[in-house]
Amino acid sequence: MNDMQSLTAGRDDTSGMDVLPNGAAAAAILSAGIGCCALGILAVVGDGSAVVARWLTFYMPTGPLSGVTTTAIIVWLVSWLILARRWRSKTVAIVKVNAVAFALMGVALLLTFPPFADLLLGK
Amino acid sequence: MEVSVRALASELHGMFIGGFFLMAVFGVIVELLRSKYARQPSELTTTGQSLKGLYLFATAALGWAAVLLGAYVVYPWYRAIPPAGVASLAGYPQRLLLSRPGTEDWHRIGMEWKEHIGWFAPIAITMVAYVMAKHRLVMKKYPEIRTALLVFALAALVSGGIAGFFGAMIDNHAPVKGGATIHLVTEGK
Repeated sequence: MNDMQSLTAGRDDTSGMDVLPNGAAAAAILSAGIGCCALGILAVVGDGSAVVARWLTFYMPTGPLSGVTTTAIIVWLVSWLILARRWRSKTVAIVKVNAVAFALMGVALLLTFPPFADLLLGK
Repeated sequence: MEVSVRALASELHGMFIGGFFLMAVFGVIVELLRSKYARQPSELTTTGQSLKGLYLFATAALGWAAVLLGAYVVYPWYRAIPPAGVASLAGYPQRLLLSRPGTEDWHRIGMEWKEHIGWFAPIAITMVAYVMAKHRLVMKKYPEIRTALLVFALAALVSGGIAGFFGAMIDNHAPVKGGATIHLVTEGK
């Protein structure tokens, strides 16, 4: 909760006509990072556990990839919806939001790289 | 001249839809850079805005079409398990790659990376397209937002490029083929 508050400037900017809140755009940026990171985490977890891989097999011919990607897309869209509703009329600290989103994307890229995932899983 | 249904779907996924997607993302990056360094930001007419919106929508749609066609049509053919005692693995690309030490990393690294990283591209570019189309004024006021869009568009290009590169290389070593044959040109007698 504190982390979330530190990303917002903590003010409602709908009062001034000349003020343009950036919350909706920031919500889209951060949720894209969250969605990609969720995909990376799910890919590693699915690769490391046969039970999880079975749960993530939503469509048998495609295998666990179907559940990994579908779940990540749901996480992305739900986080986007929640953040957009919370930040709609706010101006947030966009530099911090960007930093978190870039970090999440970086982690996501690393997690999908098989040698790194194997290292994490001790393979 | 003929082609199998599976080979055609694979080419459609990678070379046609995937290829156009990468070109379209490059166009988005050029537009973001142009607007970032424009001395006097140009204002598009209503028709121009509509066309720009259409371009952004088409870019995102190409990304989703590429990953969905890849994951739900081509990938099941790629990972098909051969029946016991099959003489040739030619129709089973994943097993064919894993059967030889010289090619198994095309699956273990190439396909396993490609099948996940490719999905970052449509997620990232959908966000970029949405913000570019719906929050133009916010982008002007907060240049950091344009920077974020540029980074995510570059991430989409890189992740799509990695997926495309490995797709092409894997197809070189173990192409997806089989199914019904389509005769593109019938030779006249």
